[in-house]
Amino acid sequence: MKVGLFIPCYVDQFYPGAAIACLQLLEKLGVDVVYPKNQTCCGQPMANSGFEHLTGGCNDLFIKNFSEFDYVVGPSGSCVLHLKEHLHNHDNPEIATTLSNKLYEFTSFLTDVLKVKTLPARFPHKVGVHQSCHGQRGLHLSQMTELVAPEFSKPGSLLNMVKDIELVHLSRKDECCGFGGTFCVAEEAVSSKMGKDRVEDHLHNGAEYITGVDMSCLMHMEGILHRQGSKVKVLHIAEILNGE
Amino acid sequence: MTSREKILSDVKTNQPDLTTMPDVDFLLQEDVDVPEKFIAALTAIGGHVIEVKDYAAIKAFIAENFQQPSRKITTISQLGDIAEYIEDDSLAPHSLENVDYTIIGSDLAVAENGAIWITEDKIHTRVLPFISQHLAVTVKRKDIVPTMHYAYNKIASTDYGFATFIAGPSKTADIEQSLVLGAHGARSMTVFLIN
Amino acid sequence: MSEIQNKTNHADLAEVFNNDEARVDWHDETLWWIRSKRDVAVNKISNWEDLRETASQIKHNVLSNLSSYLQQFESNALTNGITVHWAVDAKEHNQIVLDILKKHSIDQMVKSKSMLTEECHLNDFLEENGINVIDSDLGERIVQLAKEMPSHIVLPCIHKKKEEIGELFHQHLGTPAGNADPQFLTETARQHLRDTFLTRRAALTGVNFAIAETGEFVVCTNEGNADMGAHLANVHIASMGIEKIIPERKHLGVFLRLLTRSATGQPITTYSSHFKRPNKGKEMHIIIVDNGRSIQLGREDFRNSLKCIRCGACMNTCPVYRRSGGHSYHNAISGPIGSILAPNLDMEKYADLPFASTLCGSCTNVCPVKIDIHQQLYKWRQVIVKNGYVPAAKTVSMKIMDWTLSSPTAYHTAGKAGRFVLKYAPVIVNNKLNPWYKHRDMPEPPKESFGEWYKKNRNN
Repeated sequence: MKVGLFIPCYVDQFYPGAAIACLQLLEKLGVDVVYPKNQTCCGQPMANSGFEHLTGGCNDLFIKNFSEFDYVVGPSGSCVLHLKEHLHNHDNPEIATTLSNKLYEFTSFLTDVLKVKTLPARFPHKVGVHQSCHGQRGLHLSQMTELVAPEFSKPGSLLNMVKDIELVHLSRKDECCGFGGTFCVAEEAVSSKMGKDRVEDHLHNGAEYITGVDMSCLMHMEGILHRQGSKVKVLHIAEILNGE
Repeated sequence: MTSREKILSDVKTNQPDLTTMPDVDFLLQEDVDVPEKFIAALTAIGGHVIEVKDYAAIKAFIAENFQQPSRKITTISQLGDIAEYIEDDSLAPHSLENVDYTIIGSDLAVAENGAIWITEDKIHTRVLPFISQHLAVTVKRKDIVPTMHYAYNKIASTDYGFATFIAGPSKTADIEQSLVLGAHGARSMTVFLIN
Repeated sequence: MSEIQNKTNHADLAEVFNNDEARVDWHDETLWWIRSKRDVAVNKISNWEDLRETASQIKHNVLSNLSSYLQQFESNALTNGITVHWAVDAKEHNQIVLDILKKHSIDQMVKSKSMLTEECHLNDFLEENGINVIDSDLGERIVQLAKEMPSHIVLPCIHKKKEEIGELFHQHLGTPAGNADPQFLTETARQHLRDTFLTRRAALTGVNFAIAETGEFVVCTNEGNADMGAHLANVHIASMGIEKIIPERKHLGVFLRLLTRSATGQPITTYSSHFKRPNKGKEMHIIIVDNGRSIQLGREDFRNSLKCIRCGACMNTCPVYRRSGGHSYHNAISGPIGSILAPNLDMEKYADLPFASTLCGSCTNVCPVKIDIHQQLYKWRQVIVKNGYVPAAKTVSMKIMDWTLSSPTAYHTAGKAGRFVLKYAPVIVNNKLNPWYKHRDMPEPPKESFGEWYKKNRNN
């Protein structure tokens, strides 16, 4: 099995630690992983701003970089969802469909493809899990509180394999953090308020770390924590699952 | 082209290809403890349920609980001796303005939400159950169905000029979500459940 | 107020709303509480998801056969003795109402809640034509006294604090100053409106469902105001959008189970009244209104928005709505559903609304008729951009972004520059011109990108 590692642009530029953890854990689990170095971005920032018609270049590049792999894995629910819903190729629609079917968000790849049952990780801290909306509601990484349906959580189950970790209870367990791509600057007031409220839920319930499947949400919350002078840190879930 | 023709023509041009109507009968699911569920549902939305054996018990309850002189109206002949009995639509709606207590009958109640089905022939004057300060309804235990699907199965081919489901007293929570009973309709709703 | 009136886009209006953070918290908590009540109610129904799917399919059938259903409904309603009118737009609707009132020399009307009449701005039109209109739903009456629009389709004055309502009642209804007790204020409204009900010869109501099979329509209220108005008046006018049709009476079982549980967490509204024939000697009118709906019906990506049964669940769950208030949507119908309906009416005026969302998808999940609301918000963004309703600067920056991201060389150069700026000259970026920095910091710049690390640490 040959896996292509898809690292979203902002993770590449701002959070290399999350990408390294992702790569190292996949390697530990015996996966043959390659990072195609010419990758850039999935095109979501443009598409969500209404400029999906300008994302052709991003699509072509993604297809060029990743078509050869058996699976493509990325540590971001949001970018993966965007590609699954919108990756297309005008001349060869099938190549895009095939590729998006092989595309997995990191925790769902661990859960559904590798069927991971144990992890050699330890993380002796209180951790709040942020359910990033696109991963949760878009990719169904965990059950949604709006639906009348059985509980499950792929990221939650993986975190429960980590020794000495304590997951904190949140009063609103799947409310959006307000990042929303360009929403975070276009609707600055509401975005910041949503982020503040989300962070407060974690702080109030005693989290020392906030984790999740999307670094973008975590970057937003980290920005607020930092401004507040809080010692609470954000970590991508791969960094916890790859711990010690 | 009239507005009617224009609307119908625009709709016809723009409507999507015909899709099939889904079956709704699969939603009919038997339930247990139906009367108990009705009592719980109506109580939860602010109604009162009084279980009685017969009309004599209803009279006794009203005599004990509504002693003050007041205008009481009923459309049930058996209760004609304790309230003004109305048997047709001869009363003008506005003349009901000062009614304090109204007792009407129903032959359909719904367990899942505490709703009681009232048809025009049971009230004669449409405004009666709304304008009265307090409302009481008699219903037989055997006439309670589990869900709205069962209710509409019964109602499906019946005829009426006006009918309504009433579930509890009139209420509002428009001011800061504080629940207040007695908005514009009846301030209280009592259901006499006849065994 | 003047600050609000000068701003007409969601982001600016929301910023004004957020100037009072305690009030934002109060608004958010109040609506979240309703969302929580909804969760409790729907979790009692084991086949809730089947109900939603069934409702969605029934509504789809309605949309696919709407022209026939409308004619069937009309024909049955006429047989029932109801007068049926057709209005292409808001203007025609309002004129029909006025003509009916004039015919009877009526200059005072009582009205129960109808979002359609808000959409048509009926009250303003009637007032201009010498007709006094009193809204009888308590929340609607309150916003009417305050000369405001409803901020929520089910809870019209959810944005108002009880003290403000107490003050309004003091000014307009003569209650003692400082009394803000909801029980007392509701009782005052009951007394005041009872006189109104008893003296009005015309009543207007909305329509929740119109049944093609029988020609009857159903109106749902908790207060009983629609019934008090309609049964005491000589003339009952009911206004309905063309999409309110459902095929058969038994389908009400599906919709009445969904509507109020989704809206407020109640199992059903107190009153679900079925109007089939006018009372002896009285008149019943139905006005069937298009006002852009047939256009929306033709938009494949957006026609499902016409399935809406106006429960307001998408507003209660929306984290943006809760923190920006209904008025920030500057449209009769606010929140997520308003944001996908409004651009159909005026794409330029409402170009901002589809962007007033993080696309979190909670709205789609609570929707009792499974409208793909957040997907439609995404699609409206594409349509709005293609129609040119975005600032030119944004178009230019998006084109640069595309060029950068399509080219690995340009991207790697830009990334280095970005991190260089962050690391060595934070003051340049960290200023008030960049909205990010108002309440947030940027991440600490790493010494190398993952790409650079990978090149050093893995041999490929």
